[in-house]
Amino acid sequence: MTQLHTATHPHEADAAALRAREALLPEVRALRVLGTEQAAGADPDLLLSFHRRLVTGRRFNEQVTTLTRQGMLAGYPSSTGQEACQIAAAQVLRPQDWLFPTYRDALAVVARDIDPLQVLGLMRGDWHNGYDPRETRTAPLCTPLATHLPHAAGLAHAARLAGDDVVALALTGDGGTSEGDFHEGLNFAAVQRAPVVFLVQNNGYAISVPLHKQSAAPSLAHKGVGYGMPSTLVDGNDVLAVHTALGAAVERARGGGGPTLVEALTYRIDAHTNADDSTRYRPDSEVERWRRRDPVLLLERELQERGLLDEAVREKAEAEADALAAMLRRRLGAPAGLDPMDLFEHVFAEPTSQLLEQRDMLSEELRLDASQGPAGGAHR
Amino acid sequence: MTRTSMGKALNTALRDALREDPAVHILGEDVGALGGVFRVTDGLAAEFGESRCADTPLAESGILGSAVGMAMYGLRPVVEMQFDAFAYPAFEQLVSHVARMRNRTRGRLPLPLTIRIPYGGAIGGVEHHSDSSEAYYMHTPGLQVVTPATVADAYGLLRAAIACDDPVVFLEPKSLYWSKADWSEDRPGEVPPPGRAVVRREGRSATLLTYGPALPMCLEAADAALADGRELEVVDLRSLVPFDDETVCASVRKTGRAIVVHEAAGFGGAGAEIAARVTERCFHRLEAPVLRVTGLDIPYPPPMLESHHLPNADRILDAVERLQWSDEPAGRTGERGRHAVDA
Repeated sequence: MTQLHTATHPHEADAAALRAREALLPEVRALRVLGTEQAAGADPDLLLSFHRRLVTGRRFNEQVTTLTRQGMLAGYPSSTGQEACQIAAAQVLRPQDWLFPTYRDALAVVARDIDPLQVLGLMRGDWHNGYDPRETRTAPLCTPLATHLPHAAGLAHAARLAGDDVVALALTGDGGTSEGDFHEGLNFAAVQRAPVVFLVQNNGYAISVPLHKQSAAPSLAHKGVGYGMPSTLVDGNDVLAVHTALGAAVERARGGGGPTLVEALTYRIDAHTNADDSTRYRPDSEVERWRRRDPVLLLERELQERGLLDEAVREKAEAEADALAAMLRRRLGAPAGLDPMDLFEHVFAEPTSQLLEQRDMLSEELRLDASQGPAGGAHR
Repeated sequence: MTRTSMGKALNTALRDALREDPAVHILGEDVGALGGVFRVTDGLAAEFGESRCADTPLAESGILGSAVGMAMYGLRPVVEMQFDAFAYPAFEQLVSHVARMRNRTRGRLPLPLTIRIPYGGAIGGVEHHSDSSEAYYMHTPGLQVVTPATVADAYGLLRAAIACDDPVVFLEPKSLYWSKADWSEDRPGEVPPPGRAVVRREGRSATLLTYGPALPMCLEAADAALADGRELEVVDLRSLVPFDDETVCASVRKTGRAIVVHEAAGFGGAGAEIAARVTERCFHRLEAPVLRVTGLDIPYPPPMLESHHLPNADRILDAVERLQWSDEPAGRTGERGRHAVDA
């Protein structure tokens, strides 16, 4: 009887469900912090560290793009214009947290203090990634779209089962939100209340296809609502806003509140890769408009207003960027020194007899090549 | 010894693995309270809790993708795909991530994952419930592909798959789930490791190379062939990847004749690979071309016609007669075959 009396009336239950759903709806306006009163409370050291990292990150993008044009990398999907997302993503994670990056997120991985040469392996044509995922708590850069989102959900779920204080942050783009694995990953995470944060870097284009042909949803953040996860919209060029939104989402996950979707509105200033001609599908005026909202520019404006940007600050950031660029030129210019015999390593824990036969064949070919010297022809 | 079904032996293997290693986690659609549509996970959620034997949302890519993340964190997930054709949505996860994570990370991130897939027909299933998908998985470097044909192997191979540090596609022949043998879970006995083929029946006339659901029909054909004076050796491959060239070639060199038998369509199938390997290695010992007896090259047919699609002992015997016997009158070869068999 007691249960009957305390049971919620159906209409009350509907109203509660409606309120719960409405609570999940993202704000229509993207969160901005720079240039607002909220920014005034930000720690000057944090702002200056963001500045240094943004300037260095920009130089990383530019230098690697140049080296790609010079043929030292097979390709490089630049994140110029998206540095605020990359830096903030790396910044909100503690060492025990996991990052699940895509091919365009090399900078976020570098910002986790992982050796850039190891991060660029995939783009360079070297073995996929040189860093140890378990040691660095960073998954390999993912090339297929959104397939790493279920990985992040599964890993976060496993960490939670183990009672570990670990959060996973998975990055994807606007194009990735159309893939099935985006939905399966979010759904799994939500059902399991896994401590995972999904950051969608909406940079306007999936190679050449603009957002309005990608999704008819009011925003990509709205997609989280259907899975029952809170979702927020943030100015992706405002490093403090991205940091604030991701920080809140990470804390929520850590506190057992389950996953969050964060959509960051940003822009890819460069083409998809050096193989892409972006003038075919977007006007220069659009690019110019976004250049005026450059993440470095927005932060420098804030720093200037607070009297934090002087020559010394600029010089220090520039010097760090110069050193990184010089290191990239030097190390990417050196031979990679790959051993063809490594082709047979790490296919299985133990090579099959078929692989051993093929290993012998290649070994013999290499021996003959070496014995014939550089003048040896292609045919033996 | 008690009469035990293959399904029960698989269930015992999962139970023992869960008991022995806390890292083992089962996940899939309907594996919890229901115990799986074939009851292979029967009672496991009740005994080990819903986090060790977990019902997931109905999304195969998500199931396998989540398992990848769990394995990255140190667990040993065992995924159930429910039916062969239901595994196709997870194909991208399998080939793009599961198969190559070890290689991509230079050995730093092996994925000890077992992917259980009930496969094959002859159970009267409607479409999408009877595919033989082994060739897709065999063709992907980085995946081990094994399939039991006996009750003892069902237990032994599944335990080995779960203990394996590489991803294993574990194909369960649906038509043999209810096959029984004298086998006791108290004394499961040792079976040869995956990667080793086993001679199930000795013979000196010709070798039948087979696996999974086609083993019983090969044994039946071998029995019947005795009437014609043919002693057929039957080799159960057990593992398609790694492949046991040694045992297979030893048998073929002994008999000089070989037929590959499997349920899957023949064109581009496992039999093509096996026939090529045998020919490359045993050419001078072969008395006849290596033949294949397989399912037809058609989408899996409706249940009322599946008996015409599937290989059987008669087709195997017809193929045996095409092995160019020197004691046959000239011109007879090939005439007796009622059914098309690649020659």
